[in-house]
Amino acid sequence: MRLQGWGRFPDIAAEFIEPVSVELIQKSLKEKNKVLPLIPRGAGRSYGDSALASRVISTRFLDQFIAFDHKTQTIQCGSGTTLDTVLKFITPKGYFIPVLPGTKYVSIGGAIAADIHGKNHHKSGSFCSYVSELSLMLANGEIIKCSETKNPDLFQATCGGMGLTGIIVDAVLLLKRVTSVSIRKRSLIARDLTECMDIIDETEDSEYSVAWLDCLASKARLGRSIIHLGEHCENGRAEHESRRRMSIPFSTPSILLNKCSISLFNSALYNLRKYGSELSTVGYDSYFFPLDFIKNWNRLYGPQGFLQYQFAIPITNSKQSISEVLKKIHASGKGPLLSVLKKFGEGNNNYLSFPFRGYSLALDFKKEVGLFPLLAELDEIILANGGRLYLAKDARMTEDVFKRSYLDWEKFLNVKSKVDPNHLFASLQSNRIGLT
Amino acid sequence: MKILIIGATSAIAKSTARIYAERNSQLFLVGRDENRLNEMKIDLELRGASSVRILALDIVEHEEHAIPINLAAKFLENIDLTLICHGSLPNQESCETNFKEIEKAIKINALSTISLCTEISKQFKKQKGGTLAVITSVAGERGRQPNFIYGAAKSMVSTYLQGLRGKLLPFGIHVIDIKPGLVDSPMTAGLDKGPLWATPESIAVQIVNGVSRKQHTVYAPSYWRFIMFAVRSIPEFIFKKLKI
Repeated sequence: MRLQGWGRFPDIAAEFIEPVSVELIQKSLKEKNKVLPLIPRGAGRSYGDSALASRVISTRFLDQFIAFDHKTQTIQCGSGTTLDTVLKFITPKGYFIPVLPGTKYVSIGGAIAADIHGKNHHKSGSFCSYVSELSLMLANGEIIKCSETKNPDLFQATCGGMGLTGIIVDAVLLLKRVTSVSIRKRSLIARDLTECMDIIDETEDSEYSVAWLDCLASKARLGRSIIHLGEHCENGRAEHESRRRMSIPFSTPSILLNKCSISLFNSALYNLRKYGSELSTVGYDSYFFPLDFIKNWNRLYGPQGFLQYQFAIPITNSKQSISEVLKKIHASGKGPLLSVLKKFGEGNNNYLSFPFRGYSLALDFKKEVGLFPLLAELDEIILANGGRLYLAKDARMTEDVFKRSYLDWEKFLNVKSKVDPNHLFASLQSNRIGLT
Repeated sequence: MKILIIGATSAIAKSTARIYAERNSQLFLVGRDENRLNEMKIDLELRGASSVRILALDIVEHEEHAIPINLAAKFLENIDLTLICHGSLPNQESCETNFKEIEKAIKINALSTISLCTEISKQFKKQKGGTLAVITSVAGERGRQPNFIYGAAKSMVSTYLQGLRGKLLPFGIHVIDIKPGLVDSPMTAGLDKGPLWATPESIAVQIVNGVSRKQHTVYAPSYWRFIMFAVRSIPEFIFKKLKI
């Protein structure tokens, strides 16, 4: 059947296997007549080709809760469980997931494989810091436990390892206690990039922080932005809320997203906030997952799909390099609809994890002629400044760019070769960047 | 609520059971795969089910359907709701040349369900009440070229339920026919999914609503009511040429 990542590019024909149990996954690995490589796939929320291959095996039906422990504040669940399901279950009990990405529809397995980060990376690090143990199915079908103490090498390779070490079957997550799931939100206006980054630096104490940038504003207004800070309320709602969702049932003509409409949208957002109020109390859904409100918003980019380009860059020279990137984009005339800037705290030791101390900017571009050359130019700016690209969003990075920026790739490959010598687990991405 | 689910490991049944578990229901699950039933039991108890009992049994192989019903009745004491979700999608092509396949498909999708309904009716009559919800399919509404064996089996069940509904009315028993459209579940694995496809989770919500509102026929999602109206309205001289 046809398969795509969330960005709907590339679109490929693949054999898609959806086993309903762990035993059936094991069985499909052991089929002797089929040694075709395969890649596990969770909720299909990585943007590019990380979860695409000629054979794709879904963990979607491994979605059961296995254990919940108040004493250790942990939950164990199947890797196909989505963060949404976990949140619905734990928020009434006064718990929250310590790291949340921009959508709640990712699976636990995917969150571990991409070692995702959230609006609190500067304070809390990335998702895998809260995975106390996981069960990994290796290429030979054997299931082993991995954690910081059990098979630590394999744990380090699997966290952020894009599903290339094996199939994550279930995981134990550490939860955090919160006073409320309502978020006290403070929205600050920055007139340009310098002001934006200054505000982010000054407000580092705030639990959650993210900046939305108007990428089409130019010259003196380059990088004008709104910084959304958030803290859990002292008291308030504990239970989850359900929002009515809009849906985009099919791909809209991509012509609808043009320079004019994007510019209007961004100005509207900016001005709405500018004349709106600075402080507000909002539900966690609207603070963490604003885009989840529109189901299938990825279809807005038209049948060609889109690419998300997210890079991290060290603090030194960050201002110059980010403004260089913005200027280059502006000169190309390809305006990203949404751009999100955030400050990262210290990185971790996982071989392929993306975040490190610095800034991260995420931009999404409609797939169109001339986009790849622009992104290749951006790659050079980022590499020259010691940055790198996020694998979970990538659909086009070259092997050279990858290996020059992910310096632990050889260590990763060492561990992978031990458990998967024949490279059973391989994706279009891992082939492209020279990992398989 | 005290609920008996047959074919409990199916995707729709699993999602429905979860909703009832969150409402602290007591559940008796019948399915083929013991491991998966055990996993479900743990999951449902964590979600809030007051208690869960499982029974691993192949309904098609074992024709003594009174046994699972009696066990369920013993555990639940009074069965408020029975949900029958078992069935499988036969291969139309191989059915057309092999009657044995057709026989098997009809047995799985129709006869075993009807046999279960017979036993459940006895139990419901004894307890003077209950709701019987059976999952059939929109495929049963008109014989379409790509899957009319499956359609014929489901239509047999639907017709049976229509009659049974009236027969059981005096006993305060309510009968619901649930007709899902295209569902993205293990039964349809490997097929390309378009905009009309629904998730098992959304079907489960429709089932729970249909039960509490005492509906007769639940189209899930509800837009299938209109689609099937349109499909039924196509004149036969045109319809016979359609490969839909």
